[in-house]
Amino acid sequence: MSVLVYLALYAGAAVFVAASLVRAWMYARAPLHLRWELYPVPHEDPAKVKHGGSYFEDKDWWTHKRAYNLAGELGVMVPEMLFLKALHEFNRKLWYRSFPFHFGLYLLIGACGLLLLAALLGLFAPALMAGALGMAFHWLYTVVGVAGVALALVGAVGLLHRRLTDEDLKTYTTAGDIFNLLFFIVSFGVLCAGFLLRGPGAPGVLAMVQGLLTFNRTIEVPGLLAVGIVLCALLAAYIPLTHMSHFVGKYFTYHDVRWNDQVNLRGSKIEAKLVEYLTYKPTWSAPHVTADGKRTWADVATTNPWEGAKK
Amino acid sequence: MTDKIKLTDMSLPGRKPLAHVENKDLMPLPYPLESPEKDHGWTALTEKVMGAVECGLDDTCALNIPQPKTKEEEDELVKKFLAGLDKLFTKENNWTFLQPLVLSMEHCAKCQTCSDACHIYEASGGNELYRPTFRSEIVRRLYFKSVKHGGVLSAWQHGDIEINWPLVARLAELAYRCNLCRRCAQTCPIGADNGLVAHELRKLFSMELGISAKECHDNGSVLQLKVGSSTGMSSLVVKDNIEFIDEDMTEKTGIKVETPWDVEGADVLLIHNAGEIMAWPENPGAFAVILNAAGIKWTLSSELAGYDSINYGLWYDDAQFARVAIKHAQAAKKLGVKKIVLGECGHAHKALSVIADRVLTGDLNIPRESSMTLLRDIVMNGRLKLDPSRNDFPVTLHDPCNMVRLMGVVEPQREVIRKICPQFREMWPHGVDNYCCGGGSGFAIMSGNNFQDWRFHVSGRKKMEQVLNAFSDCMDPSIHKYICAPCSNCKGQFRDMLAYYDMWAKQSILYGGLVELIVNCMVDAKPGFIDWEWH
Ligand code: SF4
Ligand code: SF4
Repeated sequence: MSVLVYLALYAGAAVFVAASLVRAWMYARAPLHLRWELYPVPHEDPAKVKHGGSYFEDKDWWTHKRAYNLAGELGVMVPEMLFLKALHEFNRKLWYRSFPFHFGLYLLIGACGLLLLAALLGLFAPALMAGALGMAFHWLYTVVGVAGVALALVGAVGLLHRRLTDEDLKTYTTAGDIFNLLFFIVSFGVLCAGFLLRGPGAPGVLAMVQGLLTFNRTIEVPGLLAVGIVLCALLAAYIPLTHMSHFVGKYFTYHDVRWNDQVNLRGSKIEAKLVEYLTYKPTWSAPHVTADGKRTWADVATTNPWEGAKK
Repeated sequence: MTDKIKLTDMSLPGRKPLAHVENKDLMPLPYPLESPEKDHGWTALTEKVMGAVECGLDDTCALNIPQPKTKEEEDELVKKFLAGLDKLFTKENNWTFLQPLVLSMEHCAKCQTCSDACHIYEASGGNELYRPTFRSEIVRRLYFKSVKHGGVLSAWQHGDIEINWPLVARLAELAYRCNLCRRCAQTCPIGADNGLVAHELRKLFSMELGISAKECHDNGSVLQLKVGSSTGMSSLVVKDNIEFIDEDMTEKTGIKVETPWDVEGADVLLIHNAGEIMAWPENPGAFAVILNAAGIKWTLSSELAGYDSINYGLWYDDAQFARVAIKHAQAAKKLGVKKIVLGECGHAHKALSVIADRVLTGDLNIPRESSMTLLRDIVMNGRLKLDPSRNDFPVTLHDPCNMVRLMGVVEPQREVIRKICPQFREMWPHGVDNYCCGGGSGFAIMSGNNFQDWRFHVSGRKKMEQVLNAFSDCMDPSIHKYICAPCSNCKGQFRDMLAYYDMWAKQSILYGGLVELIVNCMVDAKPGFIDWEWH
């Protein structure tokens, strides 16, 4: 049983990481698109961020040195990532459900990190973990983990309830959307039940993680808990294959689209990329485009099919 | 209102419109337009139109797509559409927007946060068809089904849609029920962009099937590339008209006005939306008065497209966009000017400053600047003698989406107005949170069939509400009120919408640009530049 659990966990984590990376790589290697920013852009000059202004507000802007306001960007990014600020501002009803769900997941990830750290310390420096530090770790990952599962579970139930009852959402809800939320609810539910109902002789969570790290087959993971863990591993593998991978997508929608106001200066890297793209050969069929698969974008853009034609 | 529309209704056979909106369904307006009964009725589409073109979407028809005669013709068009859809997701055809489009396809959480941000959805009384995600969700399902070749599992995960000609025809029209203002995108917690999806859809139809709004293509970008301007003015005609405007301005202001043409090495190449020259000559006239008085070394260009800043390709076609942007840059290069300054036109601002930034390379990459910035510099640095008491009437400011939310030029125009208009009041919300005038993305120039009814009742309604609220303390016909809209297209929308509701005759609400307000308070000019007459 324990082998199965270990394998599921390793496989789930591997698929999660690999699929997320592949997705990120696919977005990152897309050509640099035309600018499509939306103001406010938070890494602008703080005096401009207040009203959503840009460097275009400066006379002869190209003669000014532009400073990157990293603090401004972090000031928007961090609350957005941690507290879903946009949702809080524009859709409070949903935020009450979505925030606990997401924050619960963050806590769960945090608890996993703490557990791993504690397990490694326990393996490599058992003396260190024997006393107060070990106890502190125990309380910390237990509290964070329990809070995480509870919040995520409550949030997921809330989200499912809204999806099933809100008229505005019904038209757009697919069977897959319901399944996704149920997947969370069932996985976390079984995990919780398995944890709470584990017998008195069951190994502790820390022992199980150490077993995972050392592939210790003598650890007996209780049945229900094992099912919960396997379900969570499957869930982890499933997430990056769906639109729920927006933790990857959002990085790009914000940094590469909404906030990408990088100027194309003569002789810059951006210009070099554009020169390359202008050699691409489009195949659009409408006659006015004059693309035939042989002509480049540069040819198309510098062709005026109506030059010299009379009105 | 018709029953709530489902996504699958888009594929319903036949041409029965899916949505119908009546005045009583619409978002209520404040005084004096609060009565739906007294509002204009909608002009119905004629039998002739309904029998000849595709109008199976709603109460109007923007594109006039001829009805295919046979099933084979329909199938051929569907095939072309799907081929175009594939091309949208290849870098060779769509490097320009590939990444943001894929992101919007793959990450919408269907939370509907964006719906409340959309003025069209709100003004329609929450009609499902006009929800920002309705269009996107159809495209998303097509993407997973056709481009990604999704099978049963994908349909289960992403939802299915039947692909047929009625769907394609309705989708083409639906691409023209969005102002591309991207207010919805601003509120999306994921960063998905329904405005972009509408834009890409328009592009697919134009670049693959040759389907676009006549006003944007044939009478817009094609005419501009053919004769130099979408107004149809050749360089000779435009010079004549400007000469006439100079004379008129000289008489009106008492200041000798002369517009310089084709001055090599000038500091500034000013490019107006040529529509101003035809419809609001006092705007280019006021620019000339101000730039001359401030001692700017400036010029206009008589090159093809060099005297008309419009670039309608921005709304529907990358090839047309790039061609016009290059023409603008070539005009500046030929004269060897230091910079291009864009007159009062929002989409021209974004087109040449922001979007063309990744089209223009080498010596075509000439600095571009907003006229708002230049005017702020002139006014705030005391380069003109101004008497704000001449502008002592209620003024509100409209923020053109392209200039403000999509380019970040927010404060310069406000600094000027605050200085010269003692009764300035903001609309609410404003700045980067503004609402589109309802004429964005080409609607202001589109009036075929009964499209105007839709554009005033639905897309322009929120702005009308904002205007009436901004002037609620002075709703008295004896008080002249001024909407400052530093954008030609927005002005076109205001002109038509105020006329539709008779707001000049009944409430003395006029509209105009920023430069008119500046010249109106120039001490050296004769008083009364703004003549408070409807035009
Ligand atoms: S576009 Fe954004 S706000 Fe709108 S439904 Fe999708 S995720 Fe939600
Ligand atoms: S871009 Fe503007 S008009 Fe279009 S859906 Fe979004 S908010 Fe509505």
